[in-house]
Amino acid sequence: MAVTGPIWSDIEPLLSRVQKPARYLGLEGGSVQPEHHPDKVAWLVTYPDTYEVGLPNAGLQILYEILNERADAVCERAYAPWVDMESEMRAAGVPLFSVDTHRPARDFDVIAVNLAAELTYTNVLSCIDLAGLPLHSAARGVDDPFVLLGGHCAFNPEPLADFVDAACLGDGEELVGDITEVIGSWKRAGRPDGRLGAWRLLASIDGVYVPALYRVTPEGAVVPDDIVAPAMVHKRTIADLAAWPYPKAQLAPLTEVVHDRLNVEVFRGCTRGCRFCQAGMITRPVRERPASQVRSMVERGLERTGHDEVALTSLSTADYSGIEEVVGAITCSDTAVSLPSLRVDAFTVGLAAQVAKARRTGLTFAPEGGTWRMRKVINKLITEEDLYAAVDAAFAEGWRRIKLYFLIGLPTETDEDVLGIIELAGRCAQLGRRRHRGASITVSVGGFVPKPQTPFQWFGMDTAEEMQRKVDLLRTAARTHKGVELKWHDPAASQVEGLMARGDRSLGPVLESVWRSGGVFQEWSEHFRLERWTVACAEHGVDAAAFANHDRPRERPLPWSHLSAGLHEDFLWEDWQDALAEAAVEDCRWTPCYDCGACTGYGIEHVVASSTPPAGGSQGTGQDLTTGGAVPVQLLPTRLPVGVGR
Amino acid sequence: MTQAVATDRIRCRYTKLGKVRFLGHRDLARCLDRALRRVGVPVARTQGFTPRFRLAFGLALPTGAESVAEYLDIDLEAGAPADLVDLPSAVSAVLPPGVDITAVGPLGPHTGSLQSSVTSCTWEVVLPTVDDRTANARIERVLADAVLVTTVTRKGVGVRQDLLPDVVRLGVGPPTDDGAVRLELELASAAGEGGRSVRPGDVVSAIWPDVAEGARHRRTAQWIASDGVRRDPLPVAAAVAPHAQRCASC
Repeated sequence: MAVTGPIWSDIEPLLSRVQKPARYLGLEGGSVQPEHHPDKVAWLVTYPDTYEVGLPNAGLQILYEILNERADAVCERAYAPWVDMESEMRAAGVPLFSVDTHRPARDFDVIAVNLAAELTYTNVLSCIDLAGLPLHSAARGVDDPFVLLGGHCAFNPEPLADFVDAACLGDGEELVGDITEVIGSWKRAGRPDGRLGAWRLLASIDGVYVPALYRVTPEGAVVPDDIVAPAMVHKRTIADLAAWPYPKAQLAPLTEVVHDRLNVEVFRGCTRGCRFCQAGMITRPVRERPASQVRSMVERGLERTGHDEVALTSLSTADYSGIEEVVGAITCSDTAVSLPSLRVDAFTVGLAAQVAKARRTGLTFAPEGGTWRMRKVINKLITEEDLYAAVDAAFAEGWRRIKLYFLIGLPTETDEDVLGIIELAGRCAQLGRRRHRGASITVSVGGFVPKPQTPFQWFGMDTAEEMQRKVDLLRTAARTHKGVELKWHDPAASQVEGLMARGDRSLGPVLESVWRSGGVFQEWSEHFRLERWTVACAEHGVDAAAFANHDRPRERPLPWSHLSAGLHEDFLWEDWQDALAEAAVEDCRWTPCYDCGACTGYGIEHVVASSTPPAGGSQGTGQDLTTGGAVPVQLLPTRLPVGVGR
Repeated sequence: MTQAVATDRIRCRYTKLGKVRFLGHRDLARCLDRALRRVGVPVARTQGFTPRFRLAFGLALPTGAESVAEYLDIDLEAGAPADLVDLPSAVSAVLPPGVDITAVGPLGPHTGSLQSSVTSCTWEVVLPTVDDRTANARIERVLADAVLVTTVTRKGVGVRQDLLPDVVRLGVGPPTDDGAVRLELELASAAGEGGRSVRPGDVVSAIWPDVAEGARHRRTAQWIASDGVRRDPLPVAAAVAPHAQRCASC
C-alpha cells in the first residue's frame, strides 16, 4: 500500500474559508501522534457526525487508547467534515483525513465507524467516498482499507451491508485486539487470498459479522454463504469493567464540544428492563466499576484535563452501588458533578441536590409513559407517587424548571395515555407553583422507534401522520395547563429512524440515492428533508411502511435474526407478550435470574458491589427495595474466572 | 455581581504559532483558563454563584493569524505565592502545541487594561503569490496616493473607507527563505467610532484584491504609546522564559 503521510499543507489553505476551523485541527490534550510502520495495523476510528458531537464519544476514545497502547497497532481519529469543508475538500481533491497527524484515510488499514444513530448512515457513505474508496465493499481492492462498523446500530447493520466490510457487535475492548492480530498477520503474510482471505479471517472472530459472506433467502433470512461464516454472530462482552480503566487520558478538546466535561463510566449494562430501551437490552449484564477505581479516575482525570465538572455515566447512575461514596468524595472539592440518566425518586433528588450546589437551573426525569397502564406496558415502573415525590422534592430543593421526557407511539397506546402526559405535567407544575412563582415543567416528547434486539422489535411504529396527530393532541392540551411547555421530535425524522433501524439490505440503494441527492447530516434539522427519502424509496420500489409501520409476525425472520445481543428470542417474545398483558418484570440484579440469555449464554454474571438494592424508589417493581435481600450476584472485587458459567 | 478584591496582577506574553492559529480567540481563552487551573496558579476569582478566574485578554487575534506577541493579564490571589520564574514553562507544558508563554512580569496596581492601552500592533504578512519585483512599486504608489480605499460591510451595507489613516507604517521587508514577499505593517489599534480596528488582511486585500487569501499573517509586536514614547506592554523587568529562548534559537 502506498503511504502518503501527512497532508496538512493541502488542508491548511481550506481552513480560512470554512466555519469553525478548530474542528479539523486535533491538538487535544491526551491526543497522540503515533508512529506508523508497515508492519503495524493502522486504525482510523471515525465518527460520522461533526467533531463537536463525535469527539466526546467514549467508545471511540476507549478504543483509541487501547489500540495506541499496543505495539502492533496505531490509531488516529476522523470526524465527518461539515458541508462547507466537504465541498472545499472535494474541490481541492483533499480526502478524508485524520486529525492527529493529518494523514489521508487511505494510509490506514481499518476505517472503524461508530454507528450510534440511524440518521448518520448517509454520512457513513460520505466518509467512505471522501476517503477515496469504492462505495461498495465488493468493489474494493486488496490494498483498500477495511470499513468496519461498531456501536449500538451495528446490531442491525443490514441497510449498510453493501458498503461495509464487517460489523462488530458488543464491547470493543477485546475485539479490537483480535481484529488487529488477524489483519496484522494477514498483511505480514502478503495478504493471502486477497480481500476474501481477510474477510474469512475476520468472520472467524467472535462478534464480527462479514455481510459479504452471507446471503438473503427469499423469506428474508440472512444465512451463511461461506464455510467459515457462523449461522449466528454473538456479541462480545467484557466480564470485568475494572480490568479496563479507560479512557485513562480523556481527550481535552481546544474548542467547545457537547458534554464538555470529564466523563467517567461507573457501570455498563442495565437490567431495569425498560422494554423500549435498546441500550438496556444489548449491554447486559450489569458490570460495575469499583468505587475506588471511579474515584481515582475522577481525580486523575480532573488533574489532567483541568475540567471543573465530572459526569458519572451509565444507563441509570443512581443505581450504582458506590454512588454515595463517590459523590461524597467529589463534592468535597470545587468540582461540579452531573448525573445523567436519573431515576425518578426522592433518593435521586437528594443526590442531585448534593451535587448541584449553587447551579440549580434544570433537572430532568424520564417517566416515558403518561399513564400507569402505559408504564406497565413498557416496564418503566414509576408510580405517580414516585414522580410527584421526586418533583416536589426537587422544587423544594430549589430547582425552578424540571424537564420530563416522554415517548409517544408506544405499543397499545390510546389517546388517554397520550393526554396523560399533559395531566402528569400539569400536576407537576402545580406542585412547583406552591414553591416558586415561576416554576415550570418542560415536556419533551420523542416519537417511539421500535429497535432491533428489544421486546418491541416485532411492533410496527406509528406513521408520521399518527404521530403528528398525537403531537397535536398534546399541543392543544398543553395550552390549558399553566407552566407546561411542550417540545417534540419531528415525526418525519422518526420515520426515517424507524426505516433504517428496522430495514434490511434492500435499503442500501435507498441510502445511496439519498446520499447522492445531497442528503447528509440528516440528524441536523436544517439538512433533513423527508422528501429525499420518500423519493428514493419510490425509485427503488421500497415499501417504507412495511419496514417501519407494519407489525412483524413471529414466524418470519427479522433482518437481524442472525445477530445476537445475547438475549434469547424466546425471552424477547415472552417479554413482548408480557408487555401486551401489562405484566411487569423485576430487575434481575437483585432478584433471581429469569434467563434472558445475556449472562448464561456467555458464562458471565452481574458484577455489583452490593447485593442490596439502592435506597429509596422502587420504581414500582413490587420489590421491597428498602430491605433488599440475598440475591445471586457476583460481588466485587472477586473476579470471575474466564469461561465459568452458572 | 463582581466585587473588586485587592490582588497582585501579572502580565504574560505568549505565542500562537502553527496549526493552532485556526483556533478562535474564545477557544484559546478557555485553553489558557484550563491550563492555569491545571498547573494550580493561584488566580483570583470573581465573586458570585459561579466564580471565574479573573483574566483579562488583550486585543483579539483574527482566527488564522499567528502571533509571537499576545498578552494576558492575570489577577492573582492577594498574598498567594506565585513562582514567576517557573510559571511560563509550567503553564506552556499543558497548553496546546504552538501556544507558549514566553515572558511574564508583575504589573503596577494602576496599569491600564490591554484593551484600552495598546495603541498599535506590528504585523508581518507573507504573500507567497505576489511578484516581489512589483511589491515595492505597488506600496510606493499607495503611499504616494496618500489614500487606500476599500469597501467594508457595515450592517449589511458596503461602505467606502480609507484605511491609510490607521496605517502607521507600511513597508517591504527581506523576502522569506523560500523567496516570498514579506510585508511589514504597523496598524493603529484604537478602534474608531463604533468600528473595529483595521486588520492586516484589510490592507493586503485593498492593495492585492486577488491574493489576500493565501497570505500568512503574524502579529510580531504590540505597542503602548504615550507622551510620544512607544513601549512594549510588558515592563522591561519581565522575566523572559528560559524555555522560550531555547525555542527561539532552534
